[in-house]
Amino acid sequence: MKRLLTFVLVVVVAFGAMIWTSPGLLNSTKLGLDLKGGFEILYEAQPLTGSGPVSKESLIETAKSLEDRANKTGVSEPEVTTEGENRIRIKIAGVSDEATVREMMKKPAELEFRSASGCAADAGYCKVELLGSDFVEGAAEVVYDNLNNPLISIKVKDKEKFGEITTRLVGQNLAIYLDDEMLSDPVVQQPLTDGNATISGQRTIAEAKELADVINLGALPLSLTEKYSQSVGATLGQKSLEETALAGIVASIVILLFMLVFYRLPGFIACICLLVFVWLLLAVFWMMNATLTLPGIAAFILGIGIAVDTNIITAERIKDEIRNGKSVSSALRSGNKNSFRTVIDAHITNIIVGAVLYFIGQGTVKGFAVVHLASIIINIVTNLFLTRFLLQLIVKSGRFNKPSYYGVKESEIRAL
Amino acid sequence: MRYKWQNFNFVKAARPVFIAAIILVLAGIVSISVFGMNYGIDFKSGSSVDISVSKPVEKAKVEEFLNSEDFGKYTFTSGEERISIRFEEALTEAQQKKLDADFKSKFDESASFEINIVDVEIAKEQELNALYGILIASVGIVIYVAIRFEWRFAISAVISLLFVAFMVISIFSFFRLEVNLPFILAILTIIGYSINDTVVIFDRIRENLRFAKLKTDADLTEVVNTSISQTLTRSINTVITVAFAAICLFAFGSEALKMFSLAMILGLLIGAASSIFIASPLWHLLRRKAKPHKSAKPQNAS
Repeated sequence: MKRLLTFVLVVVVAFGAMIWTSPGLLNSTKLGLDLKGGFEILYEAQPLTGSGPVSKESLIETAKSLEDRANKTGVSEPEVTTEGENRIRIKIAGVSDEATVREMMKKPAELEFRSASGCAADAGYCKVELLGSDFVEGAAEVVYDNLNNPLISIKVKDKEKFGEITTRLVGQNLAIYLDDEMLSDPVVQQPLTDGNATISGQRTIAEAKELADVINLGALPLSLTEKYSQSVGATLGQKSLEETALAGIVASIVILLFMLVFYRLPGFIACICLLVFVWLLLAVFWMMNATLTLPGIAAFILGIGIAVDTNIITAERIKDEIRNGKSVSSALRSGNKNSFRTVIDAHITNIIVGAVLYFIGQGTVKGFAVVHLASIIINIVTNLFLTRFLLQLIVKSGRFNKPSYYGVKESEIRAL
Repeated sequence: MRYKWQNFNFVKAARPVFIAAIILVLAGIVSISVFGMNYGIDFKSGSSVDISVSKPVEKAKVEEFLNSEDFGKYTFTSGEERISIRFEEALTEAQQKKLDADFKSKFDESASFEINIVDVEIAKEQELNALYGILIASVGIVIYVAIRFEWRFAISAVISLLFVAFMVISIFSFFRLEVNLPFILAILTIIGYSINDTVVIFDRIRENLRFAKLKTDADLTEVVNTSISQTLTRSINTVITVAFAAICLFAFGSEALKMFSLAMILGLLIGAASSIFIASPLWHLLRRKAKPHKSAKPQNAS
C-alpha cells in the first residue's frame, strides 16, 4: 500500500509540475529562423586590401562588430559565431526588414579619427582627420605608464601627415569613431612627429584592450562575401512549425496508444515516462537557452523513437521472463538487469554517432547533434531509471501480479 | 501478443539474402555511377527559392515571369501552395530583392519566401564533411563494439550498417530524389538506429552463448536462430513505432523535412531487415570459420 501510494504521489507530482510549467516552457522556447522567419548567412572574410591570411583576432573582432551592428538595428538576439579560419556565421531570427540589416552587415568596419576644427559649434566632431587605413596593421597594443595605468600605443603609416595633424590640434580633442559611434575623445597633448602615439585615459585594462582591438580592426578591415545564405519568410516559418508540431502530436498519440495496448501495465508506465521525457527535454532546452530549429525537431521526434525502443526492450524482456515461468517480481528483477546492458550498449553507440556529428558538423548538422545527444542522455534518466523505479513500486505493492497485466497470456507460460 | 517465428531458420534464409544484397549493392554502384546523385542546393552551388503562396498561381504565368527576369538558367516545380525554383547561378542580393518584390506585385502579395544560396566551395566542403562524419562514426562504433563484444561482432555490425546506408543512397540515386543536408542527417541517424538494432540482437547472442554448448555447427546455428527470434518482437515493434514517427513527419511535416523522413523510413526498414538477415548470419559465418572445437570465448557479464 505504501508503495502504491508513493507511485501515485510520484506520478501526480510529475504531472502537476508538467502541467504547471509546460505553457511557460513552450512560450519561452527560442525558435530558430526556420520556424519563425529570418536569415542565416555564412560570410568568408578577406582583408579589404591585398591578400594574405586573416588573423584570429581580427576575425573575432569583426564578428563582434557585426553583432554590435545587428543589435543596433533592434533585432532580437543575433547569433554570430566564427568558424574555421576565415568564416563568420550570422543567424538572425524574426527580422522584419531583412534587406536593410543585410546591407548593414556587409559594410567593412569603418574607423575614423575626427576633430572639431572648422566645424560649427554644435556639429561636434565633423572633420575626418585619419582613417583606419592610416594605421599600421596590428600595431595597436596595450602598454603601461610609470604608474601602471593602461595606455594604448598606436603607430601610423605616414609620420608627416600625423605630425601635421597633431601639431594643428594640440590642446584639442581627436575623437575615435567606429561605424559612426564615438568610442573615446582623447586630447592631443603635444605634436607627435615620429609616427608613434599613446592614448591614455582608459580606466581599466579591459577597456584599453577593447579600444586597441577596435583600432586594429579598423586598420585592417575585413571584407565579407556571402558564401551561403538562407532566408525564410515569416509565414513560411510559421507554417513549418505548425506542420511539424502536428506530425509530432499525431505520432506521439499513436505511439502512446500502441504501448498501452501492447504492453499493458509496463506500457502505461512507459507512457508516463515518455511524457516526462518530452517535458524534460523541453526544460533542458530552455535551461541551455538553445534555439529550436527544424533539424532539432527532427532529432526530437527521433529521440521519442529511441525512448519508445528503450521501453519496448525492457517490457519485452520482462514478458520473456514471465513466459519462462518466473514470478512477476523476479521477472522484473532479471528483466531489468538483462535489458539494462542492452539499452546502455545501444545508447553509447548512438552517443558516439551524436558526438562525431557535433564535432564535425556545422550549422544544421550541429543543431541536430545537440538535440540528439541531449535526448539520449535524458532518455537514460527517464526511460531507463524512472521506468524501473515506477515499475518496481507497482510490482512490489503486490497488487498487480497477474501475467495478463504484463501482456502475457497464461497459456504462453512455460512450467519451470 | 507476439510474432510467431520461433522455428524459422534465419541463418539458412540468409544465404539468398546475401546473394540478393550483393546484387543490390552492384546495382547501387551502377546507379550511382550512371545517374549520380540528384544534388540539391546544399551540395551544388546555386540558389533555391521556395515560395509559399496563399492562392493558386498559374504555372505558365510564373514561367513567363521568370523568363522575363534575367536570372539565368532555372528549373521549377509548382504545387497548389508552393513553388520551388532552382537557379543555376547564385542570385545576388539585388536579384533576390527584385524577385521577391516582382513576384509579390505580380502574383500574390502575401507570398512567403525561403531563399537558399550556396557557393560551390561551401557545397563541396559540406559533402566532404558529411562523408568524414560517417567514416569517423563507423570507426568509433567498430572500436566500441569490438571492446564490448568481440571483433567479429564489430565487423558484422559495420558491414550491415554500411550496407544500409549505401542502399538508402542508392535508392535516392535511382529514383532521382533530391539530396540535401537533411539527407546526410538522415543517413547518420539511420546508422545510429541500425547499430542500435544490431547491438540488441548481438547482445542476446552473447548472452545465449554463455549457456550454450557449442559442439557442432548446428549448435551455433541454433544459438543465432533463437537469439533472433527472441528479439524479433522488439525489433518489429520498434520499427513500427519509429517508422510511424517518420511517416508522420513525411505526411504532415514541413517541406524541408520531407526527404529527411523518406530516407529515415527506408533506412529503418532496411536496417531492421539487415540486422536480422545480414549482421547476425554474417557473424555466424565468421564465427564458424574460426578454429574448430575452440570453446566459446567466455563472456563477461557486465
